[in-house]
Amino acid sequence: MKRVAALAAALALIGVTAWLVWPSAPEVRGQDQTITVVDGPDDDQRVELDTTFFPPPDGGKAPAVLIAHGFGGTKQSVRQQAIDVARQGYAVLTWSARGFGRSTGEIALNSPDYEVKDVKQLIDWLAKRPEVRLDAAGDPRVGIAGGSYGGAIALMTAALDHRVDAIVPQITWSDLAAALFPNAATQTTSGAASAESTVTVDPATGAIGQDAEGGVFKRMWAGIFFGQGVSLDASSLLGRREAAAPLTPEQARCGRFLPTICDIYQQVATNGRATPEAVSLLRASSPITVANQIKAPTLLIQGQRDSLFPLSHADATARAIAAAGTPVSLAWFDGGHDGGDGEAEWVAEQSSAWFARYLKGDTSAPAVSAFTVTRDGGRDPGTRQRIRLHPEAGSYPGLTGTDTTTVRLSGPEQNIVNPPGGAPASISTVPGVGSLLGGGQSGGVSIDMPGQSAAFESAPLTAPLQLTGSSTVRIRVTGEGEVTLFAKLYDVSDGAQPPALPAGLVAPIRVTIPEDAASAEAAVTLPAVDYRFAAGHRLRLVVTTTDMGFATPATPAAYQVALASPELKVPTVRTLAAPPSGVAWWVWAMPLAAVVVAGVLLATGRTGTRKRRAAVPSRTDGGQAGTDPTGADAGLAGDADVPLEISGLTKAYRNGELAVDGLSFRVERGQVLGLLGPNGAGKTTTMRMMMGLIRPDDGEIRIFGERVTPGAPVLSRLGSFVEGPGFLPHLSGRDNIELYWAATGRPAADAHFDEALEIAGLGKALERAVRTYSQGMRQRLAIAQAMLGLPDLLVLDEPTNGLDPPQIREMREVLKRYASDGRTVIVSSHMLAEVEQTCSHVVVMQRGKLVSAGPVSRLLTSSAATTNGHGPRLEDVFLDLIGDKP
Amino acid sequence: MTVATGYAAHRTLPLRVEIVRQFKRRRTMVMFGLLLALPWILVIAFQFGPQRNGQGQSLRISDLATESGLNFAAFSLSVSASFLLMVAVALFCGDTVASEANWSSLRYLLAAPVPRDRLLRQKLIVSLGYSAAAVICLPLMALLAGTLAFGWNDIQVPGTGETIPAMDVLPRFGIVIGYALVSQLVVAGLAFLISTMTDSPLGAVGGAVGLWIVCTILQAVEALGVLREFLPTFWNNAWLDALAPELDWSGMAKGASISITYAALLVAVAFRRFRRKDVVS
Repeated sequence: MKRVAALAAALALIGVTAWLVWPSAPEVRGQDQTITVVDGPDDDQRVELDTTFFPPPDGGKAPAVLIAHGFGGTKQSVRQQAIDVARQGYAVLTWSARGFGRSTGEIALNSPDYEVKDVKQLIDWLAKRPEVRLDAAGDPRVGIAGGSYGGAIALMTAALDHRVDAIVPQITWSDLAAALFPNAATQTTSGAASAESTVTVDPATGAIGQDAEGGVFKRMWAGIFFGQGVSLDASSLLGRREAAAPLTPEQARCGRFLPTICDIYQQVATNGRATPEAVSLLRASSPITVANQIKAPTLLIQGQRDSLFPLSHADATARAIAAAGTPVSLAWFDGGHDGGDGEAEWVAEQSSAWFARYLKGDTSAPAVSAFTVTRDGGRDPGTRQRIRLHPEAGSYPGLTGTDTTTVRLSGPEQNIVNPPGGAPASISTVPGVGSLLGGGQSGGVSIDMPGQSAAFESAPLTAPLQLTGSSTVRIRVTGEGEVTLFAKLYDVSDGAQPPALPAGLVAPIRVTIPEDAASAEAAVTLPAVDYRFAAGHRLRLVVTTTDMGFATPATPAAYQVALASPELKVPTVRTLAAPPSGVAWWVWAMPLAAVVVAGVLLATGRTGTRKRRAAVPSRTDGGQAGTDPTGADAGLAGDADVPLEISGLTKAYRNGELAVDGLSFRVERGQVLGLLGPNGAGKTTTMRMMMGLIRPDDGEIRIFGERVTPGAPVLSRLGSFVEGPGFLPHLSGRDNIELYWAATGRPAADAHFDEALEIAGLGKALERAVRTYSQGMRQRLAIAQAMLGLPDLLVLDEPTNGLDPPQIREMREVLKRYASDGRTVIVSSHMLAEVEQTCSHVVVMQRGKLVSAGPVSRLLTSSAATTNGHGPRLEDVFLDLIGDKP
Repeated sequence: MTVATGYAAHRTLPLRVEIVRQFKRRRTMVMFGLLLALPWILVIAFQFGPQRNGQGQSLRISDLATESGLNFAAFSLSVSASFLLMVAVALFCGDTVASEANWSSLRYLLAAPVPRDRLLRQKLIVSLGYSAAAVICLPLMALLAGTLAFGWNDIQVPGTGETIPAMDVLPRFGIVIGYALVSQLVVAGLAFLISTMTDSPLGAVGGAVGLWIVCTILQAVEALGVLREFLPTFWNNAWLDALAPELDWSGMAKGASISITYAALLVAVAFRRFRRKDVVS
């Protein structure tokens, strides 16, 4: 026990020390300052930007990272991120963009004339800081990271200021006009008239409609984006409002937007239609227009759950940047404006790896693949938590994938109506709610209103289908004028689950049916998703007339929708492969190691026994053959005719007190030996050692010349009854006896059951469960058990306890008769009169030592103790011997 | 002649004898009775519960239990694997040596003599056999009861609601039971080790259950991170993967690895200690 305690204490000490000594992360201190910049188309507007600079904690010159906040946020929103980045050895600058937080100025939507100029001047400022590493005079080594609004400024700045060395824009737009006025349809033919189609989107390039003027207004998102009270940054909603003064009418109308932007928004929101001015204004703030000028390596992280800036935006940006020969990587993570997990840790790792490579020039930094997709890896088998896999591809295949699987849809032409006023509307994603509620795993609630939707379904899939990119399908719409529709691709299981709309995304379509034709055909690019359709599931294309998130016409109308072609082209990416996640090495190594250790434990256990045996000194008495009992052949030495020979036997209690102390005596055949001694003399301990239950500390016991060890075969010649009976209480007496004999493995014929049971004398009680027995009955049964097989040496501990006088008398006869057949009996007892009458020899012990040994008669005659004229009684001799005589 | 006629160490304490010795115990009977009755109790509970109507059902394993006999068996296993079966295994393995010590019959067996390693080996085999019987009999009875009560339908997978044909899932059920057996090896090893160290049968069972509870609590401490994977209780529910539409071995492989590792060490320590131990009971 002491060793265990010492070990535990040592481990605890090591743990505490490690805890204390473990290097803690360096402390990062932010310096708040206001930086004044000058911007505007004519460079005449002074704006004060509220910034915080985090110098690299280790001192020296380090690359700088600008971290931009999202729409509605401030520099405080990215403070923790800034500290984390600074800790990795960067100088970090955060700022509240113009029009946000304490910065002055008005929101210009990341315009090259305003926000981009601001950031250029922040880079100028960084170039003057002593903590920032410079590539050239006035050119700091700098990267920009940011999400949403902050991602767009990263792209815009990198395009317009080539001092930027690396950027990590997240969940941001490529074309703001296309984000707010999307159109996923490419009208190809127009019915019978076959008028020249107005190809506006190359289907291969994805869903971004360049024809934003004809796009469907993303009403709810736009409202949130431009709205005064609602912010895209959930944390700013929860925090204190900074504006204390009541709003002026102008503030209430436009908030902190530039008045020109405000006016244009009011116009388009009222009409639900894009104007050319609106499109040109939004385009001016769109990275897609300048992305081909970006020279800084770009890691685009786009959310799979984003109905505001869907994956197609990152796709368009990535292809424009790649076309200019700039390194670009793309990650589709589980997040976005509609929620999802956010994967903060993973995104931070990727971003950190990107900056390490392109800002620090650290070639040992983990590589970021050209294309990474976050996929659901099921549940962790241990925690039952969702796990995410990150399969990677060496090149980005675009939204059309590396391969195309064609799924055949079927369904007749269906009549659908646009309800007057556009209500009730179908629901796919409720903008803003997903992120505010933390985002769910499912795409949320998807409801299609009856009468407003046409559905086309595939047969159950025979194999799982992993869609990665934008599926395409061709539909024919019959009706009049301009038709606004919404296409979505459902995953339908035949089970109890409702149909699932991957990521809650819809593709808005606007088709114009020519005056001279009844119908028009359009190629529809469905939303880009990464989604696995399980085998047995169906794909269902649903075309609805309404969607809650979009502006739809108020006039009622009726259309017919049919499939122009039954083929749904589903892109798949063959090259996406999860990093090999084979069985962890310990899964097979640990059991093997454990088995080896177990083997060692068992083997060394044996060695310990031998050592102990070897330590036993040579016997001191006897003079039998083999006086050198050390070694493996010790068991062979000894006289096979001597039933019991004890030499130098010593056993200490745990506390060190000796229970048996150098005991030596010898018992010959035919003797009935009485083992006498007061309580605590070591009688029982000696008997236990005879049975091999206890190991002697020193000396040895030999039975018929064989040394007694635990389970030594010679014990089969020993019958024993020590310290009370031991039976299975739920079994009958007979079962106990029979099963005991069966446990010895010896033939039933050798048992002599009848003779033994006769001694027990239990009669019919033999069939009762032992737990119903009296003490005496158990005692007799136990003696019978000891006599099973008529052992050559019988050891009985207090055999007459609990017996009545006739039984005692009978027992005495039994024992005498037993010994007279050449067998040997050893009896320990307190009842000295009994011993005197039964035994031929006695051994007297006290405090573990032999006091006297010899025939009873000799003991009596040699004693000086005589009383009252009688011959000496054993009792007197005994008391005399143990020195307890009054 | 130093050995009694007909004695041979390798014939001592035959398995048959040990099985009989343990089988007639009230404890064994009660435990098996409970395990066999539990599915029927659950069936009755489901029959008496308020009837859910229509399609608006959720996809939790408990709500799917009445869908088919297979679903019911999966449910029964899920509610009993974490504790009831563990207690059963702890009982059979923890009681086996300690109760002999308690009855004082251990010393007579050892003096018979049954060699100590052999005594432990035979007892371990028999108690593992009883444990296995306990782990197997519950889902089998649940399958019978569920099939009689709810019919023989295809299994509906919890969580996704997909159906797997009944005949395809039967081998999976074998995997579930097999994994449940392997994952209980730790408990068996632990209970067995304590059983060789104490004279109190309930102490051995309680000790195993107690350590199990401590592990379960530690498992809830997320701060332990990846270390929790090496807690013996961590992979207890990994058998759920065998009922997923796509069989995933990784969790069960890890669980089996941990379980076998601990069990091997615990049993080895048990043998080593018992071999050198002074039997004073």
